[in-house]
Amino acid sequence: MNAPLGLPDPYRATGSSSFVEFLAALHPERLQFPVGDQSGKGSHGIAPHGTTIVALRTAAGVVMAGDRRATMGNLIAQHDIEKVFVADEHSLIGIAGTAGLAVELVRIFQVELEHYEKIEGLPLSLDGKANRLATMLRGNLGLALQGLAVVPLFAGFDLARETGRIFSYDVTGGRYEEHDFYAVGSGSTFARGSLKKLFRRGASSDEAVSMALEALYDAADDDSATGGPDMARGIYPVIGVVDESGARILGDDDVAPRVSSMLDARMVRPDGPQAGGRPGEGS
Amino acid sequence: MSVPFYVSPEQIMRDKADFARKGIARGRSVIVMQYSGGIVFVAENPSHALHKISELYDRIGFAAVGKYNEFESLRVAGVRLADMRGYSYDRSDVTGRSLANAYAQTLGTIFTETNKPFEVEIVVAEVGMDAASDQLYRLMFDGSVADERGYVAMGGAAEPISAALAEAWHEGMSLEECVRVAVGLMGEHGDDVARVLAPAQLEVAVLDRTRPRRAFVRLANGRLAELLASK
Repeated sequence: MNAPLGLPDPYRATGSSSFVEFLAALHPERLQFPVGDQSGKGSHGIAPHGTTIVALRTAAGVVMAGDRRATMGNLIAQHDIEKVFVADEHSLIGIAGTAGLAVELVRIFQVELEHYEKIEGLPLSLDGKANRLATMLRGNLGLALQGLAVVPLFAGFDLARETGRIFSYDVTGGRYEEHDFYAVGSGSTFARGSLKKLFRRGASSDEAVSMALEALYDAADDDSATGGPDMARGIYPVIGVVDESGARILGDDDVAPRVSSMLDARMVRPDGPQAGGRPGEGS
Repeated sequence: MSVPFYVSPEQIMRDKADFARKGIARGRSVIVMQYSGGIVFVAENPSHALHKISELYDRIGFAAVGKYNEFESLRVAGVRLADMRGYSYDRSDVTGRSLANAYAQTLGTIFTETNKPFEVEIVVAEVGMDAASDQLYRLMFDGSVADERGYVAMGGAAEPISAALAEAWHEGMSLEECVRVAVGLMGEHGDDVARVLAPAQLEVAVLDRTRPRRAFVRLANGRLAELLASK
């Protein structure tokens, strides 16, 4: 790569506030994702794959959590991969799918948001951020069709509406707003089933963290590609919280005791807490 | 046949430099100072949208005086360069020194190769792990660059303010002290008559050493009023 001497003309030209567009115009080779497996048989054997992410709306914002496993076919590629990130001051992004591409997507998305904020002097609106991510995903459609899909889950605190919001995506860049909770990745079916029974509107962040841990445990219980908490190694789910004061990832000191108390309860009831109310009754 | 009128290169450069200096001297001043917890930027700027002070990267800030359109294009170029470097290599590979060099090259080229030099003066400041590793680069309209310590004053009343800062600045000053000194000097020297500047007329930001990643924070009017009121 040539480090420019001084600031070449394209740097000083008037243009958009988007880093991705600037990069695409100046150094398209740095933006292109690598050429995938052309045989169309899928990529499960060639690159690590990240699994389950859940997100729930709370009274104050959103809680997002992800397990720590990456798989490659029937192998466990990594025990402690991180799949939930702070995207900017007021948003979180979680990723499922081909790990290498997903992590790169997160990296460029973080630069994109910060770049816009620095150039314009104001952060993008939450809808603007969500739309930006959709456009970037659409650029990866070719690879997605070859089996190298990336499926993000995006959540943030909308400062204009003063509420937490969750956005899900499909590989074609379709963007859908989720009103209560959502999960993506291989274990998402089980996690969503679990959340259906546990979720309550207006829950506190604390309660939502517990719900997320239960949902991930249920996903790991039935999906071999989702990892449960690893007490021996001290590997716990990554949990992100976003509210009016900002986005942050909870520290292990904070997560470990919650995981322990969940596991203690599972010793008594291995399938987790019972949802309130009896079948057929409104709760 | 007419013979082209000969002007010596010295004369051309002198004229350009005078032109740029006059343009810069017409504007209000900006002061950049080291304080115990980082670096503070103080500008007299009634606009809340057209900034003279801005963030370039995690630990690096930018301040400018002169023509807005010219320093704004340099600021945007700096943000692009920093983000391009940080994305291509790593965040830790973006340094104040490399940005100051890029600005110096660019301003130097513009000064020698175009008829109208940029009427701007810039500071690129990088906050380090401790006060000794803080860096302040001052860039002139002709691309000359100086590595400063402690404080820099630019713009209209740069000379009297610099002279006063040489007396007033010392290592380990608190943020309150720095802001009070800077605002006082700007009021004293900005116009023919001394004024008292209100928070609404000021743009103030800090590179706060203690913040984990992005060190740049703008101080809102309320916070600024608190700082100016504390004795």
